[in-house]
Amino acid sequence: MATDTAHDAHDHHTPTGWRRWVLSTNHKDIGTMYLVFSILAGLVGGLISMGMRAELQEPGMQIFPWIAEFIANADDPVNAGKHLFNVFTTAHGLIMVFFMVMPAVIGGFGNWFVPLMIGAPDMAFPRMNNISFWLMPPALLLLCMSLFVEGPSGFSGTGGGWTIYPPLSTSGQPGPAMDFAILSLHLAGAASILGAINFITTIFNMRAPGMTIHKMPLFVWSMLVTAFLLLLSMPVLAGAITMLITDRNFGTAFFDPSGGGDPILFQHLFWFFGHPEVYIMILPVFGIISQVVSTFSKKPVFGYMAMAYAMSAIGFVGFIVWAHHMYTVGMDVDTQAYFVFATMVIAVPTGIKIFSWIATMWGGSVEFKTPMVWAVGFIFVFTVGGVTGVVLANAASDRIMHDTYYVVAHFHYVLSLGAVFGIFCGWYYWFPKMSGYMYSEFWGKLHFIVTMIGVNMLFFPQHFLGLAGMPRRYVDYPDVYAGWNFVSSIGGYISYGAAFIFLIGVYQAFKAKVPAGDNPWGEYADTLEWTLSSPPPHHQFNTLPKIK
Amino acid sequence: MSDEKNHDYHLVDPSPWPFLAAMSAFVMAAGFIFYMHEMGDGLIPLIGLALVCIVAFLWWRDIVDEAENQGHHTPVVQLHMRYGVFMFIVSELMFFVAWFWAYFDASLFPDEIIQEARMAYTSGVWPPLSIRTFDAWDLPFINTLVLLLSGFAVTWAHHALIHDDRKTVILGLSSAVILGLLFTALQALEYSHAAFSMDGGLYPSTFYMATGFHGFHVIIGTICLFVMLVRTIRGHFTPDHHFGFEAAAWYWHFVDVVWIFLFIFIYVLGAGDPATMPAAH
Repeated sequence: MATDTAHDAHDHHTPTGWRRWVLSTNHKDIGTMYLVFSILAGLVGGLISMGMRAELQEPGMQIFPWIAEFIANADDPVNAGKHLFNVFTTAHGLIMVFFMVMPAVIGGFGNWFVPLMIGAPDMAFPRMNNISFWLMPPALLLLCMSLFVEGPSGFSGTGGGWTIYPPLSTSGQPGPAMDFAILSLHLAGAASILGAINFITTIFNMRAPGMTIHKMPLFVWSMLVTAFLLLLSMPVLAGAITMLITDRNFGTAFFDPSGGGDPILFQHLFWFFGHPEVYIMILPVFGIISQVVSTFSKKPVFGYMAMAYAMSAIGFVGFIVWAHHMYTVGMDVDTQAYFVFATMVIAVPTGIKIFSWIATMWGGSVEFKTPMVWAVGFIFVFTVGGVTGVVLANAASDRIMHDTYYVVAHFHYVLSLGAVFGIFCGWYYWFPKMSGYMYSEFWGKLHFIVTMIGVNMLFFPQHFLGLAGMPRRYVDYPDVYAGWNFVSSIGGYISYGAAFIFLIGVYQAFKAKVPAGDNPWGEYADTLEWTLSSPPPHHQFNTLPKIK
Repeated sequence: MSDEKNHDYHLVDPSPWPFLAAMSAFVMAAGFIFYMHEMGDGLIPLIGLALVCIVAFLWWRDIVDEAENQGHHTPVVQLHMRYGVFMFIVSELMFFVAWFWAYFDASLFPDEIIQEARMAYTSGVWPPLSIRTFDAWDLPFINTLVLLLSGFAVTWAHHALIHDDRKTVILGLSSAVILGLLFTALQALEYSHAAFSMDGGLYPSTFYMATGFHGFHVIIGTICLFVMLVRTIRGHFTPDHHFGFEAAAWYWHFVDVVWIFLFIFIYVLGAGDPATMPAAH
């Protein structure tokens, strides 16, 4: 009898097979599911961008009429191809934002390491944690379904861009495709709000005895600020896209001028969410970079308090700069002046972070292991994206650069380079902890070098294209833009190839099974996750650690 | 490290509800799209909704069982729930920010010279001249009193619960639920007498969506209070452990506050001049 009970209890706490994942209430397993989901979504989103780069490699229509004919069996392949290009830009943006970056940094690393770093046995709401994950596959499925149903009459898929501005997203695309995309965002947004509630509660209530708020690791600080941004911005997006639904299907006129509505209202609501959203994607990465730079410089991070409050300041100011995405919509000049000023203010806390990372390395005994290489790469590419951001913050210069490839280059430098470099940095840093195995330095560094060459070749020329006036979201362009587009496309193929080097590295690590040990990084990896075994036990900290 | 749990946190057992809830939400979302585009059977969204409700019921039943019978809800776990519910309400508040934003965008700026189409619709004033609004001091004011009284009844029940006076708790909660239902009924009555329909432009859009989402929240809040009533009758809650009740009360007060804002800004300040309104139907 006694053994039976013990056996039951054991089954209860470490389920196996599909039950372990589908019924999970374990933050590490849920984090792992998020990371796998993110890798798959990233490969799909990347493949879509390869389609766009292949099309833009040469002037003229190359492959999209063919893809349109292949996928949708279109009667009018040329126009179907043009629409399909817009469908690709839309899907690429939505997938990368909602299904790749956010699941990786928040769902993946946040779930894995927030409880470990604060000395907690799990998240505050383990069941709710699981629904946050399991809403993601249905959301992605809805987005994929939208590709195959009618958008504008006669063509399939939604081609409104990730910003889904009306009227293109209302009267412009009356078919169900846009509704599929909107409901996909509803599900992903609900998942994010629940996740945010979970993180805030966990961080406020479950810190180990002695871990005051000013002793929390900076990654935990970054997740706390991120969760507040999610909590306050996501519901506004939910309201905005619900208005889209009612405008499309129930006869309301929120965004329809003929009924007194205003399409610009949508842009305000969208960017009130959308600008915090870009910080939601990058703040967790700031946290990862702080941990990694400190660990491999063998110094505590420079200016801990300034770093923590710089992130808080970025989060706060991030809510009051949204209209810098809308300088060209006809806003009052005084309003534009305000948004220019507020936007420039963000450069101050961001500068604090950049300089503090450099000051952390300064005089340190820097060891260029793979995570550190990615971190230094991050600081470089993020600074490039940051300074072009200051250029774009000017309403006056934005007049000529709005919706050009300069903007595309800017936000890919901060996101597709910045956020993604941060994700890989975190991946290599924590892979030994998560899997118990050491990754291969060779494959990790090769991955970095090829990615670094590929993405800079891909996006740096886009600055030139944008300054020369090439608009974004077009399937074709005049011959004058041909040269740099060719270079950019080659860079794109190299970047996507680097993703497979990453996969080879992962495969190699699981094949070679080199044990990592509890702490492969030495004494400056001093956060609590390194005090545990690799991988950590199913339930860690059964006795809470005491922090001095 | 010992395998014994040596802390007050609740390590929840594996549960099928999160996964099933997510799948049900998918059926509901997809079914809603089918419904809007008249594709397939109109039953699908209702099946999805029913599944979501069933899973929510089973999930919450587990939570209630963990609290009442398994003793998992230690003080720190209750504190988690306080944080959780508070932040859920904050997120709901931000959802209403969107609808108020749309309303203020229209009502504060009905006469911007660059928005000629809006000028044509509003005639440069708010409410638009073509709209016959409700008299704020008629049904809407009665509804305000009904909802505030209901909030009062919840507080009454809460005080009774703290003093372990179960009979009064049941009385107070029953009154709150009945007043909540009365509010919904009166709101439906008001809608049925509206002089404008949903597709009548910006005024009906903002009016129906803001008050409609509020009404939806009233219904959810009423269900929460009703569940608390049933639980009280079944002997749940003690004077120092009744967070489920408090959460429902918080939610109800939140719904109250949103109504006060709707009443002030849409019904009273957005009432317009009866003399210039089109005649009632």
